[in-house]
Amino acid sequence: MGLTNEIIQLALTEKFGEQLTEWEAQYGLLTFTAPADMNLKVMQFLYDDEQMRFRFLTDLTAVHYPERKGEEISVVYHLHNLVDNIRLRFKVYVPVEKPDVFTVTQRFSAANWMERETYDFFGVNFIGHPNLIRILNVDEMDYFPMRKEYEMEDPTRRDKDNEMFGR
Amino acid sequence: MPRPVQYNTKVKMVEIPEGYSGEGFFSTAFDKIIGLGRENSLWPLPFATSCCGIEFMATMGSHYDLGRFGAERMGFTPRQCDVLLVAGTIAKKMGPILRQVYLQMAEPRWVIAIGACASSGGIFDSYPVLQGIDQVIPVDVYVPGCPPRPEGIIDGILKLQDLVHHESTRRRHSPVYKELMESYGIQ
Repeated sequence: MGLTNEIIQLALTEKFGEQLTEWEAQYGLLTFTAPADMNLKVMQFLYDDEQMRFRFLTDLTAVHYPERKGEEISVVYHLHNLVDNIRLRFKVYVPVEKPDVFTVTQRFSAANWMERETYDFFGVNFIGHPNLIRILNVDEMDYFPMRKEYEMEDPTRRDKDNEMFGR
Repeated sequence: MPRPVQYNTKVKMVEIPEGYSGEGFFSTAFDKIIGLGRENSLWPLPFATSCCGIEFMATMGSHYDLGRFGAERMGFTPRQCDVLLVAGTIAKKMGPILRQVYLQMAEPRWVIAIGACASSGGIFDSYPVLQGIDQVIPVDVYVPGCPPRPEGIIDGILKLQDLVHHESTRRRHSPVYKELMESYGIQ
């Protein structure tokens, strides 16, 4: 029998127990949450285990939830098992005052630039990253644009007025 | 039976400026001759970033031929070109690079901003997009459109040719021009 979501969930709860929460399967994609300091351990287990074999990091991004006080920024990892064609999503929540997450660059080199982008737009500080500087925005930018408190429109523009342009 | 030869009799010529001519010589004002020469041989430097670049490529193709206006040689180096054609969205990170390219061009140089994004940021009214290239370099002609039709781009080039024809050769040394360059921080 091939690897399914139930088998993955069973193996993970066996190893990590109650620390993994918020299990759901949106559109068939198994999603769970782990505590912030365990992200590397969980990914290591998913990589090394011969049944799991989640050896491909598809995406690494962040979401800002201003309503979840105390854990506003969520870093989302999408993993893919290339052999059995199973995808997995796991989320890690950090507070916005101190958004520290361990970097996964040693395990997945693709995470290097993806973490830089996450830092650039959300301000997540990846501990242990070799070169955590802005990648897509201008280097002198002093705020993190994708956080919900900042609007999308260019702040330096003076001639467009809000009623006419529907901002 | 080979195709009969067809001679193109409808070649459009540029009129000579008025002047005094005699046997073996023709004299006019310097400005007129220089203006004429410059306007009909503008070598463009395409700085195509996005969709307007594709429209520009279509303009250069044989259907809407830009070569017939003298812009046959697209030098992709700023050192050898007269006109900088900025086509496409310029991000704030690209601004200093665009400025660097402009600074490498030799005088006389002109700039055409093709499309809405180059003129004013276009529909991308957001934090990473430069809201118009005139924040970093002085622009001579703006071509509106998203993207402008090739006929529109040709219209922009023709307007530039008008500008070039009537430009005085001392313009680059005038105080107004110097002030303009100062406001952009360009020496």
